[in-house]
Amino acid sequence: MAGSTSVEPFAGLLAERYRAEHPQSPPINVQGGGSSAGIQAAQSGSAEIGMSSRWLKEEERGLETILIAWDAIAIIVHPSNPLSDLTLNQVGEIFAGRIENWASLGGSDRPITVVTREEGSGTRGAFEELVMGGERITPAALRQDSNGAVRVIVAGDPGAIGYISLGIVDERVKPLSIEGVSPSQETVASEAYGLVRPFLFLVRGEPQGLAKDFIDYVLSPSGQEILEEEGLVRVE
Amino acid sequence: MSAKTSQRVAKTLSWVAGLSTLLLLFFLLFYVLWRGLPVLNLHFLLSNPESMGRSGGIFPTIVGTAALTLVAIVIAVPAGVGTAIYLTEYTQESTLTRLIRFGTDSLAGVPSIIFGLFGFVFFVITLKMSWSILAGGLTLAMMILPTVVRTSEEAIRAVPHDLRQASFALGATRWQMVTTVVLPGALPGIVTGIVLGIGRSIGETAAVILTAGSSLGLPTSLLSPVRTMAVHFYILAREGISDQAAWGTGAVLVVAVLLVNVVINWLIGRMVVRR
Amino acid sequence: MVRERIIRYLLLLVAFSALGSLALITLFIFKEGLPLIVKVGLWRFIFGSDWSPSRGSFGILSMIIGSLWVTTGALIFGVPLGVTVAIFTTEFAPPALTAAVRPLVQLLAGIPSVIYGFVGLTVLVPGIQRYLGGPGPSALAGAMVLAIMILPTIVSISEDSIRAVPREYRDGALALGATQWQTIWRVVVPAARSGIMTSVILGMGRAIGETMAVIMVVGNALAIPFSPLQSVTTLTSNIGLEMAYATGDHRRALFATGVVLFVIIMALSMSASAMSRRSTRR
Repeated sequence: MAGSTSVEPFAGLLAERYRAEHPQSPPINVQGGGSSAGIQAAQSGSAEIGMSSRWLKEEERGLETILIAWDAIAIIVHPSNPLSDLTLNQVGEIFAGRIENWASLGGSDRPITVVTREEGSGTRGAFEELVMGGERITPAALRQDSNGAVRVIVAGDPGAIGYISLGIVDERVKPLSIEGVSPSQETVASEAYGLVRPFLFLVRGEPQGLAKDFIDYVLSPSGQEILEEEGLVRVE
Repeated sequence: MSAKTSQRVAKTLSWVAGLSTLLLLFFLLFYVLWRGLPVLNLHFLLSNPESMGRSGGIFPTIVGTAALTLVAIVIAVPAGVGTAIYLTEYTQESTLTRLIRFGTDSLAGVPSIIFGLFGFVFFVITLKMSWSILAGGLTLAMMILPTVVRTSEEAIRAVPHDLRQASFALGATRWQMVTTVVLPGALPGIVTGIVLGIGRSIGETAAVILTAGSSLGLPTSLLSPVRTMAVHFYILAREGISDQAAWGTGAVLVVAVLLVNVVINWLIGRMVVRR
Repeated sequence: MVRERIIRYLLLLVAFSALGSLALITLFIFKEGLPLIVKVGLWRFIFGSDWSPSRGSFGILSMIIGSLWVTTGALIFGVPLGVTVAIFTTEFAPPALTAAVRPLVQLLAGIPSVIYGFVGLTVLVPGIQRYLGGPGPSALAGAMVLAIMILPTIVSISEDSIRAVPREYRDGALALGATQWQTIWRVVVPAARSGIMTSVILGMGRAIGETMAVIMVVGNALAIPFSPLQSVTTLTSNIGLEMAYATGDHRRALFATGVVLFVIIMALSMSASAMSRRSTRR
């Protein structure tokens, strides 16, 4: 399996649990590389299952897409940040570099450190689509190459703001509510929280053998329960 | 400033520089070991990681590191020692040897990320090895080749000339002379080069992540992808998965590097004594 | 005798492994990267200040400047310290200490770069943020980490060249009534100049080429920096950061960045070997 680094930790965990329940099965290799690489890998057959955190583009058709879970993108700040709610528009202004100090949002007088993902990242793609509306993220933004790395930087800087997968949010950072709705499994399931994206498995043709068993496991109630425990939202 | 004062100031400054460098080194080592050693135990070393390394051990990454290093050494040592033998025993200084030396020196300066990019297009993509022990090992072999060449060459040159003459006088062919006189005499130096290469392979990250991948499973063949200890450390640390496990892995890395250095110094000590 | 000849040819073949590797690397990096430089235009690629691969905009000026910042910074911290340490171990330190310092400095060279990066991230970055300001991840943090990483190169090569200065030079100066420091500063260091320069060039090469430690501490912002407390992206950190996800022209642009890096490194290597040839001739 190869693809989205956002899906990778969850797929890795599922593979671990699957192997624990099926000790005789051959190992499942889970590899990062990014959504685009995952789509390519599935198309070329170099990976049996591709992982993507965005829907396929027009020119990428020809693969079976299997929705395994929904993920919310949480806007996170340092726990000491007094703000707890922003509008979608404010988030866009911050990431475009037009709001540069927390004071202009009613926070403390502190410059804002914008933290973003690198180009090509599925999370960044989803964020740009859902928040930026075609606008550029400021070049002054710090760039990190994984959800975890964004979390580390935001956790270490009282002035920082970033966006990561809801499943990765922990006590080191504070997720903001957007338009008055805080990100949680309930608000994602009820479609009240808007910053949501799919986690997909991609296969070429009908999955077979181990790949089929593994996908069935992921979609089974116990597989979905694992994903739910990890902060994702199950598929109906 | 009088000559005397400047002498005193310079001397003090040089002591400060020397001691602060040592302090820096000790701080680095102690910091990593202080944070990492409490995590270390047999379970950590010998069990599989759980939840992508949040808990459990680092066994597959130790296997991965060993496998990659082994492939690199098996390829780089014959090539490197062979180059050194050719340069010292089979040819005179010429444009050709200067060209070979230029290649070795320049290769030594190539940054690891370039090796990574190259290994990725050449071994992983063009030769279809995919992310694997083989692709990573071959890339590392190229990286450590200059080290092996240089240390071997130095060691071979240090073998006294009259020993060679004596060997020829006894009717040995050049190759017999090399295998019976030169190589045994240069062995500690050659091993130093090998150990240096091992050290570099263990610590390399940029080139390895692009060629051997980062898959956490236990490898089953030369074509399996692996995650080395250094890559595991990088991912754990950078993504904040678990600082504890990261420092634990870091401590293993540092201990490995310390061992490598102890071995090198012991070998160099032996060489000096023998000379 | 046939066997001897076969062995000779085999060895000759093997002797080309390093040169061959270098040629292969050059070939493949250029093959992947050059088409994009041609497509974008060398001038726009190098002096373009906008890097937005998804919009088809490939300019690496901010990374070149970022690399310059951290490398220059590393040399500013690392060279005086390294050369002073070399003077210390060769001239001032008692022999027992000299014998201990050398392997210990080499140990610094053996510590994996990711460890430098993480110690930098956990110790230096918060320190810079708290006491000096800015976001923490910065050109300064990168420069400081790199300064330590290039120390072994600078110390060991400077040391060798200082040691190679003939005894008579020192004796002559001392006999004329110069103090030890005057002798070192006026006679020994100038005589060892080209060796010290070689060490600086090689250290510079190492600093420009380092990737993992830098990625972890510089923050990787794309804006062109005007203060050392600002975050920067270097040529290497951008490749390391984006390689995993890049496809098509984006990936070719990263290889093209590799081409630029490779050319810089080769220029440095060549001047270093020219420099050390000069010093051996003298």
